[in-house]
Amino acid sequence: MFEVIFLQFLNGLDKGAAYALIALGLTLVFGTLGVVNFAHGALFMLGAFCAVTVRMFLTMETVTIDPEKLSPWGAPLEVREPLVQAWLGDFGAVLVNYSVPLSILITIPIMLLVGIGLERGIIKHFYKRSHAEQILVTFGLAIVAQEVIKSVFGPNPIPQPMPTDLRGAADIGAWLGMQANVITYPVWRLIYFIFAGVVIGGVFAFLQFTTFGMVVRAGMADRETVGLLGINIDRRFTIMFGLAAVVAGMAGVMYTPLLPPNYHLGMDFLVLSFVVVVVGGMGSLPGAVAAGFLLGILQSFASMNQVKAIFPGIDQIIIYLVAVIILLVRPRGLMGRRGVMEA
Amino acid sequence: MTILKRGLSRRRVLQTGMAGIIGSGVAPLVFTKGAWAQEFCNNPTGDTVVFGLNLPLTGTYAEEGADEQKAYELAIAHLNGEGDGGLLNVLQPSALKGNGILGKKVTYVSSDSQTKSDVARAGATRMIERDGAIMITGGSSSGEAIAVQGLCQEMGVIFMAGLTHSNDTTGKDKRRYGFRHFFNAYQSGIGLAPVLGQSYGNDRQAYHLTADYTWGWTQEESIKAATEALGWKTTAAVRTPLGATDYSQYLTPILNSGADVLILNHYGLDMVNSLTQAVQFGMRDRQANGKDFQIVTPLISELMAKGAGESVKGIFGTSNWHWNLQDPGSIAFTKSFGAAYGSPPSQAAHTAYVQALLYADAVERAGTFYPPEVIKALEGHEFDGMGNGKTLYRAEDHQCIKSVLVVQGNESPTSEFDVLNVVQEIDRDTVAYDPAIFGGDLGPAEPVPMCA
Repeated sequence: MFEVIFLQFLNGLDKGAAYALIALGLTLVFGTLGVVNFAHGALFMLGAFCAVTVRMFLTMETVTIDPEKLSPWGAPLEVREPLVQAWLGDFGAVLVNYSVPLSILITIPIMLLVGIGLERGIIKHFYKRSHAEQILVTFGLAIVAQEVIKSVFGPNPIPQPMPTDLRGAADIGAWLGMQANVITYPVWRLIYFIFAGVVIGGVFAFLQFTTFGMVVRAGMADRETVGLLGINIDRRFTIMFGLAAVVAGMAGVMYTPLLPPNYHLGMDFLVLSFVVVVVGGMGSLPGAVAAGFLLGILQSFASMNQVKAIFPGIDQIIIYLVAVIILLVRPRGLMGRRGVMEA
Repeated sequence: MTILKRGLSRRRVLQTGMAGIIGSGVAPLVFTKGAWAQEFCNNPTGDTVVFGLNLPLTGTYAEEGADEQKAYELAIAHLNGEGDGGLLNVLQPSALKGNGILGKKVTYVSSDSQTKSDVARAGATRMIERDGAIMITGGSSSGEAIAVQGLCQEMGVIFMAGLTHSNDTTGKDKRRYGFRHFFNAYQSGIGLAPVLGQSYGNDRQAYHLTADYTWGWTQEESIKAATEALGWKTTAAVRTPLGATDYSQYLTPILNSGADVLILNHYGLDMVNSLTQAVQFGMRDRQANGKDFQIVTPLISELMAKGAGESVKGIFGTSNWHWNLQDPGSIAFTKSFGAAYGSPPSQAAHTAYVQALLYADAVERAGTFYPPEVIKALEGHEFDGMGNGKTLYRAEDHQCIKSVLVVQGNESPTSEFDVLNVVQEIDRDTVAYDPAIFGGDLGPAEPVPMCA
């Protein structure tokens, strides 16, 4: 039984890491700019498609016709040669194999530009508008983004293989001195969890230990006073929007081997992420992270057959059930601040 | 008075009445055999006839939908006498002439069913009412097939199902206006179980993950029955939502459940995701109960196998048809399809193409588009040359009875299309069954409902 519970706990951490990463970016934007950003899921999806694009370039092929060989339908055989391998040899093969983690290098500047462009181009005009209008405009942006992706990449998911060295499962039980093959867990999921931990830790460290972060935190607490001190807080908040987009984009890139991305990927995560943010408390970064892990772990335990035998279907509703209970008991969420989104 | 007397005479009344009938042009309808019945939904009056293609172009089964669309376009071209004629050249017996259907050129309209039953039904309604479709065909999910064939029964339009594998389609939910060429879950069980017993032994503990809708339920039931008859035990059967993406929460409980076989009652993208993730969890490298852990996918297609990549190697399943069969029909279809689209056809494409031709052939043999006559032409019709050997469109449940393939993921593929090997062809007598076991009622063919 211990193994089952431990595995579900690992699963919960893995799911929670994904929820926490998206909710973190969402909360960063809300906490700094006060904007309820329904386009945040689309930023996650755009990051995933950065990985798709990088792989498309790395796997470009030259096609030649071999008239001496025939395809199964009797046509001259098309011989395909990978271009990158032809140019770079074994190093090209390594690039293709590691295309997903390598995509992060491209994704960071792209998502930073997308985030800053979005904020300066559209979202800044809605700071003084109601939350309802902000939701409408960002939701519209999300739909535009997904339709653009759909028209370019098609409607169907595009699988992104993980590096061959990182496939398969790690024998965690053996690491802990238990019998072999009792507790095994996919290597890439462990990497995703570690990656999420590093990104979340990095964001917190950036806000906690840098001057830039200190100014941003001061601005989150009292925007007007910081402005009166002669600090251009708007510019810093714009950069924070870019940072939130980068976090969402990187989360999307690393998730592609676990779930082949399609244009709808962002919407699938958006609703869950909002539940996570609401449960954590609007505007609270630690709340978003804590709620992400809490809901991930609860969802995982609710999927155990023993639990479902008592509460059939609980795995499908647990997240929403917890959200309802938290909102009834603590209307501001787990770590919500007084006055945030309160009339 | 005289006039009144003459007007009342019986002879005069009969003469006048008959003259009136003849004069108003009713006589030809009264005296022409069957002519009274020619008013039916979307009776084609011009020189074209419209097929309604209901295709899942997005959603969980989108790949199958896209391949079906290609197949229908090819079938329509061949029916109109374009291209190399494909299976028109090998269908036996055949009334097809390559000049459309009854001399009318075939055209089509299509609708994206999004792999959703309600959208499929709405799309079919639109194609019948707005676009004048004479026949609806397509679909890649049994939920869609059952929803659409129910609608077609209500509207008096024939439905030639695409890929649907639930026992219910030609079982408890069968309809007089619905016809299925594809095989079903019960036949998968009959075909697959002996191969599983031979390969993995008769002492196994199976754990089912099942897509939570009609197809998943009936496949789980059929495979459970077939494997338990071998001596296997079922450890658990867990339902997963159609279109689920992350299966980790369903896979972890399997690892220490005591099961040594995982049976994935999933299809399309669901199967690609669940199989890939099961392999990522190390299931194929495990041992349980002193045996190598195995994964089985009772229904598998080359599109899914391609999507699952390395994960599918060595895995057993069943298929309706495979492009590398060496009979003249399979060779002809693969050649036509490959030349047109640059890839071999999937089993979804094959069943779609065959259904289009079988409908057209039935209309030609009936000599009319009038649905009850076309239904009569299809019921009990025996044909050959379409890639599955001799095939019977059984009258009792509108299920095609033909051979079934047991396939296995190719361990050493020679091309990106060479992903499945045909392990065994189970003959049609072995997979035939009593249609009464699944109940259901076809319902009447007449009176023909009017769609508008």
